[in-house]
Amino acid sequence: MKNEKPIKIVLGLVFAALLIAGGIPLWKHRHFQMPVIAGPGVSRVIRLSDFEPSLKGSVADTNIFVLEGQEPGGKALIIAGTHSNEPAGTLMAFMMIENATVKKGTVYIIPTFNASGSRNTKPGDGYPLYFHVPTPWGAMKFRMGNRDASPLEQWPDPDVYIHYPEKQLLSFLDVRNTNRTWPGRPDGALMERVTYAAMELIRRNKIDVVFDLHGAETMFPVTNCIVAPEKSAKIATIASMTVKAMEGFDNHVEPSPENFRGLSHREIGDYSDAWPFLLEAPIPFLDQPTGPKTEKLMMDGKDPFLLSLAHEKKLFVPYDENGWPMDKRVGQHASVTLEILRQYSKKFPDKAIVFNGVPRYAEIVKNGIGSYFHDPTKADPKSIYEE
Amino acid sequence: MNIIMILYYLITAYLVFILGWNFLKEKKSVGNLILALLVLTPLILRLLRVK
Repeated sequence: MKNEKPIKIVLGLVFAALLIAGGIPLWKHRHFQMPVIAGPGVSRVIRLSDFEPSLKGSVADTNIFVLEGQEPGGKALIIAGTHSNEPAGTLMAFMMIENATVKKGTVYIIPTFNASGSRNTKPGDGYPLYFHVPTPWGAMKFRMGNRDASPLEQWPDPDVYIHYPEKQLLSFLDVRNTNRTWPGRPDGALMERVTYAAMELIRRNKIDVVFDLHGAETMFPVTNCIVAPEKSAKIATIASMTVKAMEGFDNHVEPSPENFRGLSHREIGDYSDAWPFLLEAPIPFLDQPTGPKTEKLMMDGKDPFLLSLAHEKKLFVPYDENGWPMDKRVGQHASVTLEILRQYSKKFPDKAIVFNGVPRYAEIVKNGIGSYFHDPTKADPKSIYEE
Repeated sequence: MNIIMILYYLITAYLVFILGWNFLKEKKSVGNLILALLVLTPLILRLLRVK
C-alpha cells in the first residue's frame, strides 16, 4: 500500500468525524430534560429510590408526584412511561400533574417509569429522537424513547431472561423491559430493582388501584383495551361499557393471562393487595407495515398502508383516513382512568378517589392535549421538575 | 454498574485496542483499514457511553 500514513490519517479523521456527528445527537437526546410543572394538586415529590436505595444516583431513579386530597379515601398509582415509545401515557401524566387536584384520597403519579428507556432510542427502526406537542404558547418538546432500558444502564443481556420469582423463560431483551420484570427483586438487574421499588411503593403505602398506561399496535389483538386480572375484571368491564355508552369509544376488556409472567397487570395483583389495570391505546406508529417512522406518524397516526389493511379488515381497531391522533389516545387514557376510579369509588365508598381538573376524552380531543400544558418559562422555578 | 458489566467494558476496551493495533499495523489493504474502523464504531460508542 502506497502512501500508507496519509491514507490512515484521512480514514481516521473521517471515522472520528462520523463518530462525532452520529454521537452528538444521541448524547443530546440522552441528556435532554423535559420540564413538568407541579400544579396546585401536588403536595410533595418523592423518588423511586426512596423505596429501593440502590437506585439513588442512577439514571433509573425517577420522580413520583404525590397528590393528596383534603378528605381521606383510597390510594391510586398511575404509572406512565413503562414503554417510552408509547408516549400517550406520559402526556396524560404530565397533564394530570399540572392540572389535577384530588378531593378524596391520594394519587401517586410516575410520568417516566422507565427513565433509562426514555433516554434510549431505536436507531434500527429510524425512530425520531423527539416529538412536539402544540400548545397555546408554542411547541412543547418531548424525548421519544424506546421500549427497553438503555444498555448503558444494564448490560450485557443474558442469553435467556429467567423471570424472578416464577422462573419463566422469557426473551433476553425483556430483562430491560419494565413490563416483564415485575414484581422485581432488590438484588436483581437494574430494571428488576425499578419494578421492585414500585412494588414497595404499592405495598408500603397500601395502594388500592394501579394503572399502567401503554399503547399497542393496531394489528395486535391486545389493543384499545383494559387488561385486568380476575380481581379487577368486574370494574374494568363496567368502565368499558360506561365509556362506550357515555363517551362513544370502544375499549374492551382483556383478561390478564395467569401463565404469562412479569407483566404489571399480573404481578401487581399477585404480589400486593392492589387492583391493577393496564390500559392500551392504539398507536399506529408501532405497527410494522407502515411508512417511515416519522414524528408526524407518531402524532397523527395516519398511514396509507394501515388504511389499506383496514379495508381488508386486518386491523383490530376501527381505522379510517383520520388515523389515530395523539389527542384521541390521551383522551381515552384519561376517560378510562377516571371511569375506573369512579366505579371503584362507588364500590368502595370508604376508599373513594375523586379528582378535579382532569378533562375527559371529548374535551381533550376538542382542545388538544397541549392546551393543558403550562409554559415553564412563566412558572415558579421551584415548581418545575425535570423528567 | 455490576461486576459483569465492568468485565464487558474491559472486554470492549481490549477489542478496541486490538482493532486499533491492527489498523496501525495494516500495510497492504485499504479495505481492511475501513473494515477495522467499521467494526470499531459500536465498540467505541459503547466505551464512550454514547449509545
